[in-house]
Amino acid sequence: MPMTITEKILAKHSGRSSVQPGDNVWIDVDVLMTHDVCGPGTFGIFKREFGNDAKVWDKEKLVVIPDHYIFTKDMHANRNIQILRDFAKEQDLPYYYDVGTPRYKGVCHVAMPEEGFTRPGEVLFGTDSHTCTAGAFGEFATGIGNTDAAFVLGTGKLWVKVPETMKFVFEGKMPKYLMAKDLILAVIGKIGVDGATYRAMDFCGSTIDSMTMEDRMTLCNMVIEAGGKNGICAPDKTTTDYVRARSNKQFECFYNDDDAKYHSVHRFNVNEIEPTVAKPHSPDNKAAVSEVAGTKLDRAYIGSCTGGKISDFIAAAEIMYGEKVKIDTFIVPATMDVASEIRKTKVKDKTVMQIFEEAGCRIGDSSCAACLGGPSDTFGRLNGAEVCISTTNRNFPGRMGSKNSQVYLASPYTVAASAVKGVITNPREFFN
Amino acid sequence: MKPIISGKAFVLGNDIDTDQIIPAAHLVYKLDDPEEKKNYGRYAFSGVPIERSGLPEGNIPFINEGNWKSEYTIVIGGKNFGCGSSREHAPFALQVAGIEAVIAEGYARIFYRNSIDGAFIAPFETAHQLLKEIRTGDDLELDTTKCIVKNITQKKEYQLNPLGDIEHILRGGGIFEYARASGMLQKK
Ligand code: SF4
Repeated sequence: MPMTITEKILAKHSGRSSVQPGDNVWIDVDVLMTHDVCGPGTFGIFKREFGNDAKVWDKEKLVVIPDHYIFTKDMHANRNIQILRDFAKEQDLPYYYDVGTPRYKGVCHVAMPEEGFTRPGEVLFGTDSHTCTAGAFGEFATGIGNTDAAFVLGTGKLWVKVPETMKFVFEGKMPKYLMAKDLILAVIGKIGVDGATYRAMDFCGSTIDSMTMEDRMTLCNMVIEAGGKNGICAPDKTTTDYVRARSNKQFECFYNDDDAKYHSVHRFNVNEIEPTVAKPHSPDNKAAVSEVAGTKLDRAYIGSCTGGKISDFIAAAEIMYGEKVKIDTFIVPATMDVASEIRKTKVKDKTVMQIFEEAGCRIGDSSCAACLGGPSDTFGRLNGAEVCISTTNRNFPGRMGSKNSQVYLASPYTVAASAVKGVITNPREFFN
Repeated sequence: MKPIISGKAFVLGNDIDTDQIIPAAHLVYKLDDPEEKKNYGRYAFSGVPIERSGLPEGNIPFINEGNWKSEYTIVIGGKNFGCGSSREHAPFALQVAGIEAVIAEGYARIFYRNSIDGAFIAPFETAHQLLKEIRTGDDLELDTTKCIVKNITQKKEYQLNPLGDIEHILRGGGIFEYARASGMLQKK
């Protein structure tokens, strides 16, 4: 029977020769990831259900990455990290990345690929909705809650309903002013925040073939903003080169059959896509940057699993080179690796870090920081009625802090250009 | 899940995301401490902008200042209820606040799944645009077997979609109980 990549991965992991959309199957899990917000609850349920002395099903397959509430005085948030620490010790976990040690990483979805935990053909569950980011590597990756994660911890298995696949075909060479973020904002704007609910979103076409892993991660990161269950990009040499440099585990690549069935097929010519924003308060509230150009801003924010990777900062630095920002501009490298790359990577004759410092940006420590608001002392948090342009992925009311704030989502190019001008600005102005 | 769930309705709009259900700053309380977990009830729906809280009028707090539980039992939502993060704290917070069921036009996947696998609340779907019909404070009676909700105040009733495959997990009390009953996991 012809199948899509997602169907093939789920068939293999459920021990069947084939599956179809709508089937409920129990699948074997290759990797489970959790963090400081959901780990404590997950471990609590695990102990309640399997006993105080229970051991996790396979400690080689569990990755625990504190990243959400790290640099805060909030006592409850810090207690959560202590719970992770105690559990890691008790279970003798090899893949725990503790705060305040050289192992500390930062945002889980960027750290996972860096550490080689994302591999083609595998099943990854995480207690975070943006676990779908890892679909960029040609694997089935999706977010789950504490109860499901506790079930996996004890059994290594979970039930899933096989999703239908929607195909998004991008053709053409990416224009210089456009980024993967613009493409995914265009897709979400077209299909809506529930346009892919329960489905897989498959990204393919010549544009995707020539994308870096980081660009593919940006696309897959935001499938959840359209309600998608998982995103997927067929693995190719770019994927396998990236993974082999970081993991020595065997993996299997799956591809869509030519006659696989899709829920729908959506085609885009990237030359017709303009730099795009999502206006407050929904990721599908799409506008071309040109339509909202001139909107007054109080703040710019560059960070998160969507827009805090090294390529995102290089893009921002290209725009900010030799410029000064007109509004408070917060820079938060997703991980420690990204933070160290910023100090080494050059744009023209200066490091990315130098460019940001000379432009007057404020640079924070690696973590989720203000992407999800967090405790009131969080770096970059919107505590009042600020208008912010951000490279993050969500702009629901209060997502970055105060219910009275307004957030525009955009690419690092657009955010950097807007920071320099103090109003929403089309990055095309910088590429003439 | 009880066969009959009755109580007052609290009505909200489309795209109620998990940050509105329980804002991120509150995700730090212990979920298994009987006293501390009450905070989840207290702050449930505290992220909903007040003009959109308790439709059609709005400006109705879900929980009165200083209280730990809500006087409402059934939430009425629109499309894409529970979108956003994977935090299980969202259906949990509703349960702690005293909510037993949500009736919406559609759900985001992870919220729906969390509601069922943890058996926190019963998530019913309907083709009716109930947020245009039911008013906050109306007395409702939800028959979870027949999948019918009666509006006692307005003397109307509506058919809801059957729960489908997940009904046995929800009635069984969640994924662990279901797996034990079906022999997948050892009995405790
Ligand atoms: S950076 Fe933002 S979206 Fe990404 S994992 Fe952290 S809080 Fe979630």
